[in-house]
Amino acid sequence: MSWLPEPVEKLLEVALVGELAVVGPNGRPIVHPLIPLYDGERIYMHSSTLFSKKLEHIKRHAQVSVSLSDPIAMKGNTDRATIQGSARVIEDDPHSQWESLILGLWRRKEPVIDSFLKQRVALPLFFERAVIEITPERCLFWPGGDTSVAPVISTSRSEAA
Amino acid sequence: MPRVEPSELSRLDRYPFVVVSWVDDDGYPVSVATTFQTDATRSEVILRAPAGDAVAIPTDREVNVMGSHIRPTPGQGYDERRYLQLWGRAAQPREGRTVFTATRAWGWDEAEMPFFEYSERSVPQSRRYLELLSAAAGRPIRPRLSLGWLVLRTTRLPFLSATLIPVLLGILIALRHGAFDIWLALLTVVGASLAHLAINVTNDIFDTLSGADEANVNPTQFSGGSRVLIYDLLTLRQLLTVALALFGGAAAIGLLLVWLTGSLTLLLIGIAGIAVGIAYTAPPLKLVYRGLGEIAVAIGFGPIMLLGAYVVQTGRLALEPFVVSITVGILVALILYVNEIPDRTGDAAAGKRTLPVRLRPDTIIGGYLLAALLAFVVIVVGVASGLLPWPTLLALAAVPLALRIHTGIRQHYESPYTLMAVMGTNVNLNLIVGGLLIGGYAATLIATALLR
Repeated sequence: MSWLPEPVEKLLEVALVGELAVVGPNGRPIVHPLIPLYDGERIYMHSSTLFSKKLEHIKRHAQVSVSLSDPIAMKGNTDRATIQGSARVIEDDPHSQWESLILGLWRRKEPVIDSFLKQRVALPLFFERAVIEITPERCLFWPGGDTSVAPVISTSRSEAA
Repeated sequence: MPRVEPSELSRLDRYPFVVVSWVDDDGYPVSVATTFQTDATRSEVILRAPAGDAVAIPTDREVNVMGSHIRPTPGQGYDERRYLQLWGRAAQPREGRTVFTATRAWGWDEAEMPFFEYSERSVPQSRRYLELLSAAAGRPIRPRLSLGWLVLRTTRLPFLSATLIPVLLGILIALRHGAFDIWLALLTVVGASLAHLAINVTNDIFDTLSGADEANVNPTQFSGGSRVLIYDLLTLRQLLTVALALFGGAAAIGLLLVWLTGSLTLLLIGIAGIAVGIAYTAPPLKLVYRGLGEIAVAIGFGPIMLLGAYVVQTGRLALEPFVVSITVGILVALILYVNEIPDRTGDAAAGKRTLPVRLRPDTIIGGYLLAALLAFVVIVVGVASGLLPWPTLLALAAVPLALRIHTGIRQHYESPYTLMAVMGTNVNLNLIVGGLLIGGYAATLIATALLR
């Protein structure tokens, strides 16, 4: 059961790109534009082993954030949000585990992925993938996307209380 | 402290807003979108300070400023991916503005570096990651493909058409000359195919070991090798086993054919074929590394394959199959010739001095036209001299296609991925001319049978 505000869930459901911020080995923030997937409770992002440095960073430092900021990537929705949380890398079988976990959610946002998957032979390493499972813990929300106004903050703990 | 070059920083102006990120005191990254202006000469970005203590840009730690862009494509997903991120420090805000000084930049724009090239450049990271994952899991975790795809990729099976055309032509010409044995024909097709696949795999081994394939970051479906070793889809030992099995099969069938036909000529052709195939990439000759790859391929897929198939049926050499083999050899060599164009940077880095590495683009483009036209002229001369049956002139229907390929090479010479369509058409040219020649011979045989 999600505690995220409903407008933020709407953003997650339509967003084609969100900015995943992770912490690099020297404490530096590193940001990756990725497609965010949402199952109503957790946020899922995913990465090919080709671009897997982010996975190494997450395994070293699990705290991450996901920013939803670009109205073009969110079907014109101008709301903005940043969700902080803890991430877990799921990588037991990079060849096929991701398909059972997130392919359905991915397909809904990026239908063309099915035709790419049929051509797996052309770019086999792209489809060796790990899943980043993010449990939201704190949310900063800017209705209308205006960040000159302080964000509305909610947390999983406050909702639980 | 080094600063980001003005030319790099000014690229941020392509984005309507930026996302500013840092790591908060609890260890969580925080991100907030805001508007900005750049002052490229000072490597500075003037950020509108976001409101609220929770998103006050800190001045005591490193800050990331990123612009990113996509274009949604309804029903598909998105394209036009690009982003630029800067790292640096922010100063105390003044009058609602925060000055950010950039000291490092990193980004990607798929319009400048195509996704496939970006992926190829990232292959070492994938290998490293999977090695670490294997060590952590205590079991090998490697990339996989289904058996069918792996066979297709490893052997480069679709290129087998280059073998089937000369072999079928050799058999048809023999039939025209009154000699045909179905079992010998089937054995020829299988043996020649195995030899071709063995040579493909062997070339891959040597190109990978020499570093030529790894240095090539613009592979296409037609060029750059199978990459099964580079991607770790197979080990070197496994690939060697495949090569030996294919060579073993080809040699066994070749020897069986020599025994069945009793032809010493066939034995010599077979030995020459295997020698040319191996010498193509293997030391000490490494013909393709010396700009002689096209000649080796023309000989291998022209006279050797076509005359070999003819000799299996007839037991002797003849001028007619030799003339046809010149056309076929040239067209197969042109497949290699065009496929080497996008590989030329990687090939040069690995010391593989192919013709596109050695010669100027204009020479290569002109050379294509000359060679392609020569392939058709040979047919005309063959018919005019009475050696070839006139229906083989059907092959001339493909001349416009050759001219279109020539134009395509000129237009896309510098772009590996847009050249890919031209490479595909060039492969088809060989198939179409081969098919038309086969059709011409089939029509001749049918007409001869009907008139008897």
